[in-house]
Amino acid sequence: MQLSDEKPIFLQIYEGIEDAIVSGAFQEEGQIPSITEFSVTYKINPATALKGVSLLVDEGILYKKRGVGMFVSRGARAQVRAKRRTQFYDRYVMQMLEEAKRLDISQEELKEMIARGYTHEGD
Amino acid sequence: MRGIEINGLSKRFDETLALDKVSLCFEPERIYGLLGRNGAGKSTLLNIITNRLFADEGSVTIDGMPALENEKAQRLVYLMSERDLYPPSMRVREAFDWSARFYPDFDGNYAHRAADAFGLNVTKPIKGLSTGYRSIFKCVVALSVNTPYVLLDEPVLGLDANHRELFYRMLIEKYSESPFTCVISTHLIEEVSSVVEGIVMLKQGRIIRDEGREALLASGYTVSGPKALVDEYLAGRTTIGADELGGLKTAYVLGKPEGAPQGLEIAPMDLQRLFIQLTNA
Repeated sequence: MQLSDEKPIFLQIYEGIEDAIVSGAFQEEGQIPSITEFSVTYKINPATALKGVSLLVDEGILYKKRGVGMFVSRGARAQVRAKRRTQFYDRYVMQMLEEAKRLDISQEELKEMIARGYTHEGD
Repeated sequence: MRGIEINGLSKRFDETLALDKVSLCFEPERIYGLLGRNGAGKSTLLNIITNRLFADEGSVTIDGMPALENEKAQRLVYLMSERDLYPPSMRVREAFDWSARFYPDFDGNYAHRAADAFGLNVTKPIKGLSTGYRSIFKCVVALSVNTPYVLLDEPVLGLDANHRELFYRMLIEKYSESPFTCVISTHLIEEVSSVVEGIVMLKQGRIIRDEGREALLASGYTVSGPKALVDEYLAGRTTIGADELGGLKTAYVLGKPEGAPQGLEIAPMDLQRLFIQLTNA
């Protein structure tokens, strides 16, 4: 995870943990780093790290074991993937279309490029 | 614990009004960034809190106790500043022992471990330290005193990038273990931006911003694109500054963006940019 100024830090922590869950770096029922570890590693205020983690607890993606730490919920990976799929259109498709329009790339050309992307995958 | 409460503080040096009716509160267990250009009054404020300077008007209380010539209140506060209060011939480890006499919660073991981490030779006399290591020595003391209020005036002056990073990490670690109020006065805004929770901005002796970091950053945004389009967009909005390059313009706008108009790019403002725009001229 690399922090930037592009968006609020707590959101980057939130999305960074989600990424780690989707990629399998953080396993379901596995413990994740503590607030202190996140804060020290990324040189961020503990209140900021807590805010990002708390959002995931509220959504049921993480859960707290008192006196032990924070864990990834069972089913969290599917939950995050489902959420990401619904966001995919706004976050990626719409942005791509905007740039395509700026460059006068037609719908046909765009479809062709996507098809090309699929065939080149794994090269 | 009630924090450091500052009420209508004014201080004049000859012709200059260094502080002009400054009121604010450094709340318990929070990390603040105290930001301002040279001469804005940052050091004056910190020096008045700790009785190294005296105000012409106004008052300071620490946990409800008057700060003025009150040893009981002053023992709760540690100020790390450019001025050395140690006898110059004193060795680093003697200075640790000396600090422990003034600050009963000074953690000597921690100080030695921290000195080790920074590669600070504790057998050296303080006057024999380089500028960087003199700062490191003071940082180590500040991290070891364990007072509920720690004021840091330009703590990382002369430190290389590795040591600055180490310092911020140790500060956060210390704060996570047992929270205290920390006020960091610095010009290295980008570096402390993520570390601090509250921001106090001074300009010519007055407070121009005193709010949470997230809220402050959300109070403005940048809009960029072709000059004519940007100018059209700016009509009726509050702008705090702009940069132009050829036909391109980037403006710094207060408020919240309502959807990106065609052809314009909306981006968040970072703390350093916001600071520069708010404190220019």
